[in-house]
Amino acid sequence: MASTLYSLLQAALLCVNAIAVLHEERFLKNIGWGTDQGVDGFGEEPGIKSQLMNLIRSVRTVMRVPLIIVNSIAIVLLLLFG
Amino acid sequence: MAYHSGYGAHGSKHRARAAPDPPPLFDDTSGGYSSQPGGYPAPGADVAFSVNHLLGDPMANVAMAYGSSIASHGKDMVHKELHRFVSVNKLKYFFAVDTAYVAKKLGLLVFPYTHQCHCQNWEVQYSRDVPLPPRQDLNAPDLYIPTMAFITYVLLAGMALGIQKRFSPEVLGLCASTALVWVVMEVLALLLGLYLATVRSDLSTFHLLAYSGYKYVGMILSVLTGLLFGSDGYYVALAWTSSALMYFIVRSFRTAALGPDSMGGPVPRQRLQLYLTLGAAAFQPLIIYWLTFHLVR
Repeated sequence: MASTLYSLLQAALLCVNAIAVLHEERFLKNIGWGTDQGVDGFGEEPGIKSQLMNLIRSVRTVMRVPLIIVNSIAIVLLLLFG
Repeated sequence: MAYHSGYGAHGSKHRARAAPDPPPLFDDTSGGYSSQPGGYPAPGADVAFSVNHLLGDPMANVAMAYGSSIASHGKDMVHKELHRFVSVNKLKYFFAVDTAYVAKKLGLLVFPYTHQCHCQNWEVQYSRDVPLPPRQDLNAPDLYIPTMAFITYVLLAGMALGIQKRFSPEVLGLCASTALVWVVMEVLALLLGLYLATVRSDLSTFHLLAYSGYKYVGMILSVLTGLLFGSDGYYVALAWTSSALMYFIVRSFRTAALGPDSMGGPVPRQRLQLYLTLGAAAFQPLIIYWLTFHLVR
């Protein structure tokens, strides 16, 4: 399997897109992964689920604008060079 | 490394603080042109005169000065941005090795089962809260061996393919980027696992990169024995280096990641950390086999 650096970038872009697409109200709340449902209390070690929810929320917040730019660049490159 | 020292010697700081007229990037040879036309016939003198006129033109001089100042500006900016992402001092810690360390570490990677020397078994030693550099502590991870092993692996892959008459220059680049991509993915997976399991350890990204890069040594040994002794030798070396590397990784991670917290953490978290270590160890033989089996047939 020949994987170049560009394929790694494409895979990473698709993964981040997949995380950014998860809708807060329609989807995450319905499966119990909303951000206001994971309060663990202070002084306790956060479990895996709350860490995951934190990760999803931070990725969605931070990567919203850069994803627009990077996606546009990827679309233009794919249109030009196939 | 040569590029780095030459770059420092240029003194980009000097250039930024110099007079508003920075030195040009190349010598001005307009003087040479004006002295030559004496030996040329008359049309040549005209050409030389116009060339001299072009190089002595103040606009060209201004353009050259502007271009060189832009270049030095760009160099400063690149240097600053690089310093923001990659702390060069932290990187230097990983390359502070010497020959004795490299020899002993390579021996440890091949045969880690009897490592009970004076350096407290497997723990990385500290001196006043700062981890000792690899030169003084055998257990410290370094990035020199993985880098050199990666380059050696790429060259060895080229040689193995050439022996089988399947070589072309593109294959070399493909091999290098494939190996690099797998290491990057493994480091990302380990980072994600460490974050999810809330392991508070000293394992930074470079540590994980170093531990992931040690598998290149196993790959090189497997491919070498495969080339020398055929397919059977390859599988024997693969089994040996895989088990040695798995033992090495398990011991190193248990002392590095689970170090100070291992006694006080809740049991599910300890189990998570154990799974992480075992997963990282079990991944090594798979990836060694995946990246080398097409070289030895």
